[in-house]
Amino acid sequence: MTPALDPDPSPADRLRAAPQTTAALAVDRLRAYYMTHYFGVEREVRAVDDISLAVRRNEIYGLAGESSSGKTTFLKTVAAAVRPPLTVVGGSVRYGFLDRDIYALSRAELSAIRWRRLSYITQGSMNVLNPVRRVRQSFVDFAFRHMGLGRRAFFAAVEAHLARLHLAPNVLDAYPHELSGGMKQRVTIALATICRPEFIIADEPTTALDVVVQKDVLAMIRNAQREIGSSMLFVTHDMTVHANIADRLGVMYAGRLVEEASTAEMFAKPLHPYTAHLVASLPKIGDPTRKESLSGAPPNLADPPTGCRFHLRCPLAMDVCRAALPALTTTAPGRRVACYAASPLVTPSAAGGAKSLGAIQ
Amino acid sequence: MSGPLLEVERVTKSFAIGGLFGRGHFNAVDDISFTLQADRPEILAIIGESGSGKTTLARMILNTLQPTGGAIRFRGEAIDDVRGRRRRLDFIRQIQPILQNPYEAFNPLKRVDRYLYASAVRLAGARSQSARDEAVDAALQKVGLSLAEVKGRFPHELSGGQLQRTAIARALISSPALIVADEPVSMVDASLRMSIVNLFKRLHDELKVSILYITHDLATAYYISDRVIIMQKGKIVETGPAREVLTHPQHPYSILLKESVLSPDDVGRGRLTTAADDGATRQGAD
Repeated sequence: MTPALDPDPSPADRLRAAPQTTAALAVDRLRAYYMTHYFGVEREVRAVDDISLAVRRNEIYGLAGESSSGKTTFLKTVAAAVRPPLTVVGGSVRYGFLDRDIYALSRAELSAIRWRRLSYITQGSMNVLNPVRRVRQSFVDFAFRHMGLGRRAFFAAVEAHLARLHLAPNVLDAYPHELSGGMKQRVTIALATICRPEFIIADEPTTALDVVVQKDVLAMIRNAQREIGSSMLFVTHDMTVHANIADRLGVMYAGRLVEEASTAEMFAKPLHPYTAHLVASLPKIGDPTRKESLSGAPPNLADPPTGCRFHLRCPLAMDVCRAALPALTTTAPGRRVACYAASPLVTPSAAGGAKSLGAIQ
Repeated sequence: MSGPLLEVERVTKSFAIGGLFGRGHFNAVDDISFTLQADRPEILAIIGESGSGKTTLARMILNTLQPTGGAIRFRGEAIDDVRGRRRRLDFIRQIQPILQNPYEAFNPLKRVDRYLYASAVRLAGARSQSARDEAVDAALQKVGLSLAEVKGRFPHELSGGQLQRTAIARALISSPALIVADEPVSMVDASLRMSIVNLFKRLHDELKVSILYITHDLATAYYISDRVIIMQKGKIVETGPAREVLTHPQHPYSILLKESVLSPDDVGRGRLTTAADDGATRQGAD
């Protein structure tokens, strides 16, 4: 095992090992396609298409976009939880706590960092709790091996952690069906943060919780993240949630990142027409004006349109949008956008959307 | 047709809780009354957090659960009198449900169109294949889809928004007078949410369907409903015209609900505090 995979660094060691300047996560030109080959028909679905982004230390990076825009696939790819037919075609994923690409790790090395240094709150994660065992057993299953403590010390640590998150220790003796949805979600957040991971990936953790519980759970996630000092990639389609939790925000459309900015700037002045629509269509109490929904459907990623992926639904579409895919371009410090109408700096992407079939096996 | 479409009168549902010893009762729905008029279709929102009895109420209106007390009448007829296949089908034709999670509403191993055809045959009386196709396609057109897009597809091949619209189309096949929509948008993502909500508004405006819109999302309830009922622990705590109640809630519970709504106007200002943890305030990224 390499020094970078030291299973139990103290927080101070972590700071020394990875200075503030390095990003907690740097994704460079990541491409991941679903490749299927049935009866001689090859099909590739470009769910993650040329995404580059960096998550700073101690930051919550929000990723927005509608369903089928590739958000979850992106998270799976970043977490190296890739299974066929999903295939990583190109690009790199580097974490601040690792000295090399996550895809360069062996299975054993990956399993050593999972949960310990990189945890993943999956979609519908309330269902990760074993329905026929008490919650206590779920903690043992997920974290016991990684904590490297004796049984008694382990449960003491678990209870201390629950107390920090304002959860009563008796949830450990409950069966999942005895807990409400919000409570289960809180338990899974406790599960995901028990090992004090440096990086947390959260996929729609509050979807389908009701308003009162949602606010509490979001506050709990933010407090846990601040307390541990970890960085977080937070995915949800709900822009109001992003407005309240994310420090910076990236918007995905049809497998590509189309805009990135700090959350405040994104809401104050969205540059991409898709983002502008997302922000403008949010219903608010006290605002009875009609909110238009976007016409059309997101493109089929197996056969994306030429040019900008959004041009078929875009009110500002020009000839150039139909011809060439715009590159995600930095237009101001901390702001990136991929839209010709938003800034004259935006130029066609070098990748150009050429089919990669045949080039790779 | 005049007179009330749906009358819910002092309806109570209690469930027994506890084991052999200390058996108790828990009122999931407690003494609820409201009326929907037949000549004036409206969108009535029932708002409350989980556990407030919204779904129990919906299931009683759909006649899949018997109330413990009180009466529910549909077009003047008590719904627990609906017996026999013909009357039951007739009842189902007029009240149609839309469920919360479109992924769970459809069997993942069966093609989606199977449900549409079954509804067309059983509820719309379409006999021939062409009549079935026509009934299904007409309903799908109303929700902005077409039979060609849906035919032969499995649930996993459609997006969440498409599935939910297919579920709505299925409900529309029998031209119902009342749609009971139980949290229809909570599993659908935000950009599609407005298309579903706008669709409900259009169904109400154009097809004159009454809609019982059960939700915990105050913002969309404000946006589409004419009237709201706010429920807490099985009881109605506040009711009235939607805009008025949601702008100036009176009951403490309604005020709490309104304050819990996250607003996009709070960007970076951070009102995210838990009840247990008031001291936490948002700090900047650096």
